[in-house]
Amino acid sequence: MPEDSFEPRIVGFLCQWCSYTGADLAGTSRMQYPPNLRTIRVMCSGRVDPTFIVQALAEGADGVLIAGCHPGDCHYSEGNYRAMRRYPLLLKLLEQFGIETDRVRLEWVSASEGEKFARVVGEMTARLKELGPLNWKKRSAEYSGAA
Amino acid sequence: MAKPKVAFYWCASCGGCEEAVVDLHEAILKVVEAVDIALWPVALDFKRKDVEAWKPGEVTVAFINGSIRTSEQVDWVKLLRQKCPVVIAFGSCAHLGGIPGLSNFTTREKTLANKYHNSPSVDNPDKILPQLETEINGYELELPEFLPAVYALDQVIEVDYYLPGCPPVPDLISAAVGAILEGKLPEKGSVLAPDKSLCDTCPQKDSKPEVMKIESFKRVADSSPDPDTCFLAQGYVCMGPATRSGCGELCIRGNMPCRGCFGPTSEARDGGTKMLSAIGSLLDTTTEEASERLAATMVDPLGTLYRFSLPTSILKQRLG
Ligand code: SF4
Ligand code: FES
Repeated sequence: MPEDSFEPRIVGFLCQWCSYTGADLAGTSRMQYPPNLRTIRVMCSGRVDPTFIVQALAEGADGVLIAGCHPGDCHYSEGNYRAMRRYPLLLKLLEQFGIETDRVRLEWVSASEGEKFARVVGEMTARLKELGPLNWKKRSAEYSGAA
Repeated sequence: MAKPKVAFYWCASCGGCEEAVVDLHEAILKVVEAVDIALWPVALDFKRKDVEAWKPGEVTVAFINGSIRTSEQVDWVKLLRQKCPVVIAFGSCAHLGGIPGLSNFTTREKTLANKYHNSPSVDNPDKILPQLETEINGYELELPEFLPAVYALDQVIEVDYYLPGCPPVPDLISAAVGAILEGKLPEKGSVLAPDKSLCDTCPQKDSKPEVMKIESFKRVADSSPDPDTCFLAQGYVCMGPATRSGCGELCIRGNMPCRGCFGPTSEARDGGTKMLSAIGSLLDTTTEEASERLAATMVDPLGTLYRFSLPTSILKQRLG
């Protein structure tokens, strides 16, 4: 695939209390950002089990965005701290699997930060274009396929 | 009534699973009384042609241990699958990929080079690698293919039941054999062990503090855990929360944190990420910097979280 025609697929897990509302604001305020994000609304960033992230990457996502309320602001008080604590461990693990850590991003986006949301999606899309497709499913099948 | 016939077969394994059968001690006499062993390469001399001659269904159950790494193993397990109505994946390697599955952390090429070129005790100036076919003095010699990765048994053939463990413990083996003899096997695809997490049956569970806070990661290689306190609470990565019980807590009683050989319970698709989720939540940090610093003290997450299950994990292997 020539580099400029590659449109990364990003799966975004957005907490419904802050980040999803922030994304909504970006939309209603007609802010421009790339259409590469597939949004999954979750109750809280703490609900995003690393299994979901890994599964998304294994099944065709080029990148995953997890967005939650700013530390201290989580609707369930502690959920985003969980997300924050798991994140660097997950990155270490992904690195060992040969997956670039820039493919997975954790961001705090409040309900009023539509602009930040649009910027994050823009930056992430640009970075993933540089990295190119992850293509895990296909590469994995080609490498080890069925025995 | 004629005794049911069973087969034992081994693939890429260490021999520990064979040992586990012998470890049944007197109970093995009951097994031998109740069944005829039609194939057991480690102990009895049967050949492939004997197996080929079996009538379909003549041998009821095949217990297959070891992971799959060569084309020969693939051929054998396909043959056994064709002949036996019930196939049981015996032990962590057949069930999850096992310790040999850690080889999926690197490539076939690197594994071969390590073994045949770079190993300090190998003298191989011409850099020869095993070939599928070689001619020597007019004879054609054949070797099985070394496959690109390590596979669990159900990635190669259909499996009816799983006996977990590295190796499976005598109680569970006896119970499985009993269930087969009485025709009381559970639903196809079941793991023949309890579906609770190890923490539920752990002798240390009462020492778990109400709120666990991991301050730094420790390893048994560098320090010795307090035998009376939950390992995880001390900062040792104990796979108990993400691992199925039924082992008799042998490692825990030996002052060794759980390493996950029974695999996850049926609720978790991937024991490694499940465990990562659990420990990640327990870190005693409130800032991103502190979380990073703490994460940096965890040595080898992949090898720790997937010690027995890399080939059956969601990502299966390292790529690139
Ligand atoms: S984490 Fe390990 S030591 Fe602690 S209760 Fe669970 S199995 Fe026992
Ligand atoms: S509710 Fe937004 S991060 Fe918890």
